[in-house]
Amino acid sequence: MAEPILSVRNLQTYFRPDEGIVRAVDGASFDLYPGRTLGIVGESGCGKSVTARSILRIVDRPGKVEGGEIVLRRHDGRLVDIVGLDESGAEMRDIRGGEIGYVFQEPMSSLSAFYTIGNQVMEAIHLHKRVTEKEARDRAIELLHLVGIPRPEQRVDSYSFELSGGLRQRVMIALALAAEPRILIADEPTTALDVTTQAQILELIRKIQEERKLAVVLITHDMGVIAEMADAVSVMYLGKIVESGPVDEIFHAPKHPYTQALLRSIPSVLAEPRSRLATISGSIPHPYARPPGCTFNPRCGNFMPGKCDQAPPPATTLSADHEVRCFLYGEGVAT
Amino acid sequence: MSEAAKADTPFVTAAEEKVAAATQLQLTWWRFRKHRVAVISGIVVIFFYLMALFADFLAVTGPHSTDAARSYIPPQAIHWFDQDGSFKPHVYALKGRRDMRTFKLVYAPDPSDRRYLKLFAEGYSYTFLGLFETNRHLLGLDRGVPEDALFLLGTDQLGRDVWSRLMLATRTSLSIGLIGVALSLFLGILLGGVSGLYGGVIDTAIQRLIEILRSIPTIPLWMGLAAALPSDWSVTQVYIAITVIISLIGWTELARVVRGRFLALREEDFVTAAELAGASRLRIIFRHMVPSFLSHIIAAVSLALPAMIISETTLSFLGLGLRPPAISWGVLLQDAQNLQAIAIAPWLLLVAVPVVIVILAFNFLGDGLRDAADPYG
Amino acid sequence: MLTYTLQRFGLALITIWAISVISFVIIQLPPGDFVDAYIASLSASGSMVRQEEAQALRQLYGLDQPIWVQYWKWASRVAQGDFGTSMEWGRPVTEVLGDRLWLTVAVSLAAIFLTWGIALPIGIYSAVRQYSMADYAFTLIGFVGLAVPNFLLALIIMYFGFVLFDLNVGGLFSAEYQLAPWSWGKAKDLMAHLPLPALILALAGTAQLIRIMRANLLDELRRPYVATARARGLAEWRVIVKYPVRAALNPFASTIGYLLPFVVSGSIVVSLVLSLPTVGPLLLRALVAQDMFLAGTIVLLLGVLTVIGTFISDLILMWIDPRIRAGIHG
Repeated sequence: MAEPILSVRNLQTYFRPDEGIVRAVDGASFDLYPGRTLGIVGESGCGKSVTARSILRIVDRPGKVEGGEIVLRRHDGRLVDIVGLDESGAEMRDIRGGEIGYVFQEPMSSLSAFYTIGNQVMEAIHLHKRVTEKEARDRAIELLHLVGIPRPEQRVDSYSFELSGGLRQRVMIALALAAEPRILIADEPTTALDVTTQAQILELIRKIQEERKLAVVLITHDMGVIAEMADAVSVMYLGKIVESGPVDEIFHAPKHPYTQALLRSIPSVLAEPRSRLATISGSIPHPYARPPGCTFNPRCGNFMPGKCDQAPPPATTLSADHEVRCFLYGEGVAT
Repeated sequence: MSEAAKADTPFVTAAEEKVAAATQLQLTWWRFRKHRVAVISGIVVIFFYLMALFADFLAVTGPHSTDAARSYIPPQAIHWFDQDGSFKPHVYALKGRRDMRTFKLVYAPDPSDRRYLKLFAEGYSYTFLGLFETNRHLLGLDRGVPEDALFLLGTDQLGRDVWSRLMLATRTSLSIGLIGVALSLFLGILLGGVSGLYGGVIDTAIQRLIEILRSIPTIPLWMGLAAALPSDWSVTQVYIAITVIISLIGWTELARVVRGRFLALREEDFVTAAELAGASRLRIIFRHMVPSFLSHIIAAVSLALPAMIISETTLSFLGLGLRPPAISWGVLLQDAQNLQAIAIAPWLLLVAVPVVIVILAFNFLGDGLRDAADPYG
Repeated sequence: MLTYTLQRFGLALITIWAISVISFVIIQLPPGDFVDAYIASLSASGSMVRQEEAQALRQLYGLDQPIWVQYWKWASRVAQGDFGTSMEWGRPVTEVLGDRLWLTVAVSLAAIFLTWGIALPIGIYSAVRQYSMADYAFTLIGFVGLAVPNFLLALIIMYFGFVLFDLNVGGLFSAEYQLAPWSWGKAKDLMAHLPLPALILALAGTAQLIRIMRANLLDELRRPYVATARARGLAEWRVIVKYPVRAALNPFASTIGYLLPFVVSGSIVVSLVLSLPTVGPLLLRALVAQDMFLAGTIVLLLGVLTVIGTFISDLILMWIDPRIRAGIHG
């Protein structure tokens, strides 16, 4: 396979409010390849959004990237460790939007109501390209057309509150693509939308990815979306990636009990009518009170006392790119 | 974002059960205790109200005793130690003499005439807390009357002791604030409550009324109303009238707070339950709803109080509020109204110090209470 | 948008009506009708009023008729610009007022712009650097500004101006311009005198506005659109100024509804202390002398001007907010 465009190693992003410390991302690692989609999946609060924001270094205070590395292969071939960059420096700002576009979860509030959508898209263009006002406007209209907004010449002058949720998310995608980035991070891009719109937005992302050979990071809690879109999957639980691998292997032969539980909880049209939907027992532990050992142990059906609650399980390599962090596997292989 | 929000959820402590069982008022109190500045301000406020309560006891001379021969005496130095080094606080008696060029009285301390300070000394007689007649005061002199020799904060043009007048002024100004707020509160709870409880046309009408009242500049309005008070009214009548005038405008903010709370509470189950049980509207309001947002009311009140005090002080300062012989902070500051007066007797401005301290303390206190009552609002 | 405008306009009209009723009440409040007072004041100065003349005056103002008829007669005269005669000055009220009304407006407007000018940057700074030393310091200064009644501030500044710089800080004009007709020189002289009273007036309201701006901006800074703007590579200060500050500006600017009456109120008292030639000292004098037509007119005009000012600013606010323009409220 080709060289990764983005390579995250042992990323640690911690929040340090007055009351203590929350390890929102605690040692996540993954690689991203051009033209391919990496899905990051997990329950809400597992640290997937923080991981995505860490890549752009836009984590809200009191959160901070405290360790690990995020190596980006820039368009001129240079390798840059984003963790080492100044958060508000010129290079970081150049990467934001210029190399990595970001689509946010809430299209309702992710656009300012005080400026036209054209103004905001053109701002993104101006920030990374030397173009005249006229060129920027033409490009903005072109982008709106590309993301499937009808009558873009008129829409460019409307405000976000004049558009429907689906159209707003299309505008968000146009914004993210404005400076022709090579990576697109889509953070729950369809969560706030109704089902038919969801499908359209996913289809749009796939179409653009093919056209532009984009590397996509798709963050979602929805296994169905992953199945449809991703090439590779990383399953996150409480800041750690518990299992990662090619989408087929994960879906057909999930190893980690958490992954298995997640897959069981997908509603299926093929299931017996009125059958009970599987749920994961228990709930996510309080962020200040993480269980010792494997953090999934209180909810795990395969809990082994004296083992799972002692030390965190190491990563076990199952095949070329299938890894799992669970004591059920790799006995004798690792440790 | 969701992760960050998670991180904000407070620690789950062993005291969880205690918290669950606490009333709204108790919760507020626990949160309030953490605001150090607010707690200190609360103590300052209590201190001032105690001062108001014992104003006569703290005064040293009769606040109305005038003597042209004691006009504009500057604040006096207290000497703490006697010649032999023993701790015996005393003051020097003053000798007044007229400067023949400027015709102003100048005062020189006379070190040979020492007057020693005495606790619980005898002075003018007054009724202690309205209970019994006494002539004991906290401070006095071992010989002679304090009128002649004790001028802690100097005297005004008519030779009246500023310290003693300040004590009595504190009583008037603080009590006007309290009574004014009580009146405003009554109007505020009534109108705000009705507005929030019934909604609809009544709500709209009351809201418009509040909006109208708030868009009118208050001071010219107060001035106009206050100026119309007959000049032959007694001190008490004027006192009541001024309090009413001030609270006629002051209720709007309280009504706004009350209405907001009522709107939030109207949907609550316990109100419906009381309605179904056949309780009257008034009973529901005062028996069920008011207690549940008492802490909000307390916070709003402690923010309304300083506004009341400023209003009275301003009106009296203009000569339209309380009139002499009544004594309030505004009446005292009226003596310092022009540059000539301040240039001759800058100590008259000292009255401003307690005014500022009390208003600041109330504001800090109110802020702390508001945060404690509604940490998210 | 049209409904909103009409709604605001209707409310402004009702408010003006309410103010006129209050002003009328103030005129009526002193015991006896004002013709009695007029006769008394004339006879004090030596001239006599004949019985028929007094009767004619009573009829002119409808004093022998029910109170609402009196109000109606008064109101319709006022609507035509006839505010009656000042008893103390023996001249029409409009003449007595002269420039004073406009100078009041000038002082108040200057104070409002100064309040905004001070509160806006401090509010932004305090929100962006929340819990910094400067944030605490500004909060403290704000509290002090809130706690010192503005007449007291005027007194204190006047005292220190006198003691430290031997300066008489009162007035709006230098001696040579006081009675001079309007000219460029006089206008410039006014500009030189305006900042101090404006500053004194501004300080009282600043604290409140800093808190409003700080709270609003803190809210806006947490909104997702801020992260969106950052994610497209916009520099931090440009993110803040272009998006959250712009959004927080509207509630900030809409404080004029409360600021304007507050400042007009304050200007009355500060004018008295600093002896500014505004309506403040005139109002006090008129009230003390029971010159009710003058006093009532001042209360009426101050109220009406405040309402008009608020109405105009409402329209401007509406015009600059795309959401209200599009007919979406809130």
